[in-house]
Amino acid sequence: MTDNSNDQTEVFKRQKSKEEMQRQLISFGLMIVFTLIAFAIVATDTVDRIYILPILFIMAIVQAGFQFYYFMHLKDKGHEMPALLIYGGVWAAFLTLAGLMVISWW
Amino acid sequence: MSIAATGKRSFGSFLWDYLTTVDHKKIAHLYLAGGGFFFILGGLEALVIRIQLIRPENDFISAGFYNEMITMHGTTMIFLAGMPILIGLMNAAMPLQIGARDVAFPFLNALSFWLFLFGGLLLNLSFLFGGAPDAGWTSYASLAMQSPGHGVDFYILGLQIAGAGTLMGGINFIATIVTMRAPGMTYMRMPLFTWATFITSVLILFAFPPLTINLFLLMFDRMFETAFFNVALGGNTIIYQHLFWIFGHPEVYILILPLFGLFSDIFSTFSRKRLFGYTAMVFATMLIAFLGFMVWAHHMFTVGLGPVANSIFAVGTMAIAVPTGIKIFNWLLTMWGGQVTVNSAMLWALGFIPSFTIGGMTGVMLGSNVADYQYHDTYFVVAHFHYVIVGGTIFGIFAGLHYWWPKMFGRILHEGMGKFSFWVFFAGFHLTFFIQHFLGLMGMPRRYWVFLHDQGLELGNLISTIGAFLMGIASIVFIYNIVYSAIKGEKAEADPWDGRTLEWSISSPPPYYNFEQLPLVRGLDPLWIEKMEGDGKIPPGEPLDDVHMPNGSFIPFLMGLGFFIAGFGFIYQVDHSLWYLALYGGLAFSIGCMVVRSLQDDFGYYIPKEELKKALEGEAK
Repeated sequence: MTDNSNDQTEVFKRQKSKEEMQRQLISFGLMIVFTLIAFAIVATDTVDRIYILPILFIMAIVQAGFQFYYFMHLKDKGHEMPALLIYGGVWAAFLTLAGLMVISWW
Repeated sequence: MSIAATGKRSFGSFLWDYLTTVDHKKIAHLYLAGGGFFFILGGLEALVIRIQLIRPENDFISAGFYNEMITMHGTTMIFLAGMPILIGLMNAAMPLQIGARDVAFPFLNALSFWLFLFGGLLLNLSFLFGGAPDAGWTSYASLAMQSPGHGVDFYILGLQIAGAGTLMGGINFIATIVTMRAPGMTYMRMPLFTWATFITSVLILFAFPPLTINLFLLMFDRMFETAFFNVALGGNTIIYQHLFWIFGHPEVYILILPLFGLFSDIFSTFSRKRLFGYTAMVFATMLIAFLGFMVWAHHMFTVGLGPVANSIFAVGTMAIAVPTGIKIFNWLLTMWGGQVTVNSAMLWALGFIPSFTIGGMTGVMLGSNVADYQYHDTYFVVAHFHYVIVGGTIFGIFAGLHYWWPKMFGRILHEGMGKFSFWVFFAGFHLTFFIQHFLGLMGMPRRYWVFLHDQGLELGNLISTIGAFLMGIASIVFIYNIVYSAIKGEKAEADPWDGRTLEWSISSPPPYYNFEQLPLVRGLDPLWIEKMEGDGKIPPGEPLDDVHMPNGSFIPFLMGLGFFIAGFGFIYQVDHSLWYLALYGGLAFSIGCMVVRSLQDDFGYYIPKEELKKALEGEAK
């Protein structure tokens, strides 16, 4: 009976890691697509200049999200401390950049 | 056990043990020895500076050599003496305080040390190879780009290598504190020194990348003809200053926060009282760390950022005085009504409070941007930062060494000599730096190699030099104290200070596995709780079982050596292309070491249960 339950958890774990792998591959594919789009809209003149920057920014933020949540597992349980540190760092970097911009353009 | 063993072993095996160790306690010894060596070097440089300034228009050393001295004194004291000694103390105490057997990544810990040591040696070898860096410890690009010879290149490569080690150390400590706390050791039960180590490590993690980038940009400009900072080619030299201080201001908090934690532990231990306002202390530390990132431009008030930017940074700077004030008052209230023991460790801690408070007060004065135009680049600034760094960091290091020496080495430092060196150092410190406030207000600029006759600066400078020699004497007495205690010192028991935290619950020095069974923590100051409510022994938090330990490794040393050789290659490849051999050879060697490390299957070893059982029975007797 113990063997049986071990088998079941084994099957469950395999299924879980298969799903995880699928998600990783999907987000990896999306990131490559985003990168291609980014290069394409800059290289060709299909998009108006004013729109290029916001589009690039949005795609960059989504890519960073994929990186944090899928590749670095922030979506999983037990990652509160890494999340706190990452967002702390993002906040410190944001304030630093904001400070530099205030100095330059105010 | 370890002392008896080292006594019998040959010097060769003793050396090999330290070259390959991944044990946090031995790495702490290495850090203290390496940092101590550079502290002596930096101290000698300080004495040379003070001898040069003993009388007007002195010609003890040349102007060029004076520039090298001030640069190397600052760089050595901050990067190679202060920080490594602090990391040494963290290594020695933090894992014990949270009830862990080692840090999270023991191999990385050894690598951190060897990178620091090889980086420091590279930097100091510049003296033998055509002159040390001479652009000041900040090495502002406008000066550094003009500096002839290879001095500044040694600065760049030396700090790059040492800085990589520090960054790894910071990450290691964060991972250790997040993942390896003993059962029951919640965040809000951690001793303040552990808290400070944690927050300092976060500061290292966020502050060192800007330095790394800055050093790379400067390196590209000097060696590969880019133009990031070259105004003539359209670069901007102010960017260097910004990046340097975005790193540099958190850096000064990296130097002081661990000691804030350490003093909290010392005050509560020697007052036999729980720390007053524990929660406030934790959050004040966090607040200081946070605000520390927002005030970098107060080092640049006179650059011309404009009144709005200057005002914002002035207000931010003054705000830091609030959490720091919370800490000062909490320390005073910890002692209030306590059963205070004044020994050497406590003396250094008591001396710290007024000294550091003066430094903080002049800090607020400097933070006022209108007044700063007057103080900027005078001896007033020199006095200010020596009051905080010597009065804070160095006093703290001495206090910490007296406090943890029994735990680290199993011997108690001699109290009489300890008190003597405190009083001589304390007097010398105030003689040296107090008068410098007034020299600065009288208009004496910093970094000048001579001052003139009849400007009223003679007496002040003479007093300052006498004070510096007193600090030198006190340091020599302290070193003699170390030697004396190693030979004749009184053997330390497990808990010589009637301590409160976990490190005092195990023998001095601790066994190489620290804890036979991980301790169960029932609250803040766990050992004190067991002394008051239990039988004075920490209950085990796990059943007795085999203990997993990492194997030692020589690879960290070799990796450091590879980067050291590559550093020479980078510096000299501009002169002769044969140096590419050293550059690529060194890098390839280090990367080869990484590959070997990645491919080898090293699962460590287990200490059998029986051995631990024997040790436990031995303790019970």
